[in-house]
Amino acid sequence: MAAPGGFSGTDFKQEDTVFFGFTRTQLAAFAIMLAFIAISPFFLYPVFLMKVLCFALFACAFNLLIGYVGLLSFGHAAYFGMGGYLAGHAAKVWGLPPELAILIGGAVGAGLGLVIGAIAIRRQGIYFAMITLAFAQMVYFFCLQAEFTGGEDGIQAIPRGVLFGVFDLRSDMTMYWVVAAVFLIGFLLIHRIIHSPFGMVLKSIRENEPRATSLGYRTDDYKLMAFVLSAALSGVAGGTKAIVFGIATLTDVFWTMSGEVVLMSLVGGLGTIFGPVMGAAVIITMQNYLAEFGAWVTVIQGVIFVLCVLAFRRGIVGEIGNWLRVRL
Amino acid sequence: MDEIFGIPAPLLFGQLLLGLINGAFYALLSLGLAVIFGMLNVINFTHGAQFMMGAFVAWMLLNWAGLGYWWALLLAPVLVGLTGVLIERTMISRLYKLDHLYGLLLTFGVGLVIEGVFRNEFGSSGMPYRIPAELQGSWDLGFMFMPIYRGWVVVVAIVMCLATWLVIEKTKIGSYLRAATENPALVQAFGINVPRMMTLTYGAGVALAAFAGVLAAPIYSVNPQMGANLIIIVFAVVVIGGMGSILGSVVTGFALGVIEGLTKVFWPEASSTVIFVVMAIVLLTRPAGLFGRA
Repeated sequence: MAAPGGFSGTDFKQEDTVFFGFTRTQLAAFAIMLAFIAISPFFLYPVFLMKVLCFALFACAFNLLIGYVGLLSFGHAAYFGMGGYLAGHAAKVWGLPPELAILIGGAVGAGLGLVIGAIAIRRQGIYFAMITLAFAQMVYFFCLQAEFTGGEDGIQAIPRGVLFGVFDLRSDMTMYWVVAAVFLIGFLLIHRIIHSPFGMVLKSIRENEPRATSLGYRTDDYKLMAFVLSAALSGVAGGTKAIVFGIATLTDVFWTMSGEVVLMSLVGGLGTIFGPVMGAAVIITMQNYLAEFGAWVTVIQGVIFVLCVLAFRRGIVGEIGNWLRVRL
Repeated sequence: MDEIFGIPAPLLFGQLLLGLINGAFYALLSLGLAVIFGMLNVINFTHGAQFMMGAFVAWMLLNWAGLGYWWALLLAPVLVGLTGVLIERTMISRLYKLDHLYGLLLTFGVGLVIEGVFRNEFGSSGMPYRIPAELQGSWDLGFMFMPIYRGWVVVVAIVMCLATWLVIEKTKIGSYLRAATENPALVQAFGINVPRMMTLTYGAGVALAAFAGVLAAPIYSVNPQMGANLIIIVFAVVVIGGMGSILGSVVTGFALGVIEGLTKVFWPEASSTVIFVVMAIVLLTRPAGLFGRA
């Protein structure tokens, strides 16, 4: 199956990697992103930026699967939402510090991803999407009924706590730098995974799975590993979001959230490194400004979905890359 | 026959009937999905929204045009089917040469738009739709009271499924359809207009969803979300049954409805998740689905 990222038709310049698997152009793009992360909290609302960064990490984790293994998961809200619930529960009820709470969020995502992934990778393509969606709905029903999630109320008043016993996160600025660090670690980890020998096998599975199998790779093991990594990072993103906002609710495990992360990656550019970050920024900004229109936000998101699929399949970053003839 | 396994008989049979009714909707919807998928290779994510549109068109016909249930049963599938034809012609047909996943993403987006528009127009709370006078009341079956309308839904759903099966398996147009599913290029070479068949197939699948929506209107309240939650369960049903066989998806739909109903009696907390558990077990033992071809 061809990659949904679909770069066919683009004649890329051959660029050497100069640093940490980045090409020169990618390094420039990374520098711009880094500069924006460093400067933006001084002129934009930090809480808004933290939301963008949490969703950017979530979208990058999702993109690892669709963009580099060719697996469309339509149930990533399960790992994001459960990561949030468990991180919130750990911080509030068990009184754990935020760094451990976020790690627990990641561990829950990984565990859940291992179970669901092991079953879902038995089917490909459209079936894979339907299976992941169905399991995510099962997780949603579990969260609706379970005691510790607080049902319709969610977990509220989660304390931000003190990081490493030193940094008091009640200050928005301190919290922002922590979120920025979590995002960058996740982003660079994904970048490292894509450019490792392991990542090369993943891409070969995306391009032609039977051939990868015939070369002696256990493709199912590779797919499952990628699924677990993606789910774990989604859990970290969800856990971080719960700590930042002090709340974990059913919204984050519902199927609409799975759709949103697909939309973010699609808008930014499937299979590009920077696309999901851009997509998350665009969609979250849009939701912020359109909040007063209520239910019309759903309609607008649906229209964007349709337009992207029909006319704009490369996404924003993909289009820029196509125009500059470089991979971004 | 007052108690069976320590469960009061009326409760057991009541839930069994509810299970059969849910099963009827699973069967009708998964049937439409299977027909569309077989021909277009697209999983129609808009199916839930089109089911909901069927119920809303019935409501509009009654409240705006004064046309009752029987007219709705005829007109709503036609009207919603026509919107399906429009969607296929203007959007889905552009994606056939691309990865199938784009069809899923597109129909998901279309579903969001439709549901959002209806929510803005009609709000989130449901609107009632009266059971038609001819089907009100209930029969005393001796061991339980059976509301006539509910029995009607199960019977009509079965008839409709069988009719679809007959059309596909026994008629000339059905044979074209089956042939085009196997090898569209060859069928086109015989001078059959395959693109038009795809359009009509999509329209027919959508009409089936709308028909189910009209049937559902008097049972569930007519609200914009009524399709969204149902369609995810129907996806699980489709995965369990596999999309290879028409009768397979019908049998799977009814069977899972009954399993769900029984779970509600014996272990109520698990009733919302039991279908997904069945899906996991089927995937572990028969990955292609019960009636699927690998």
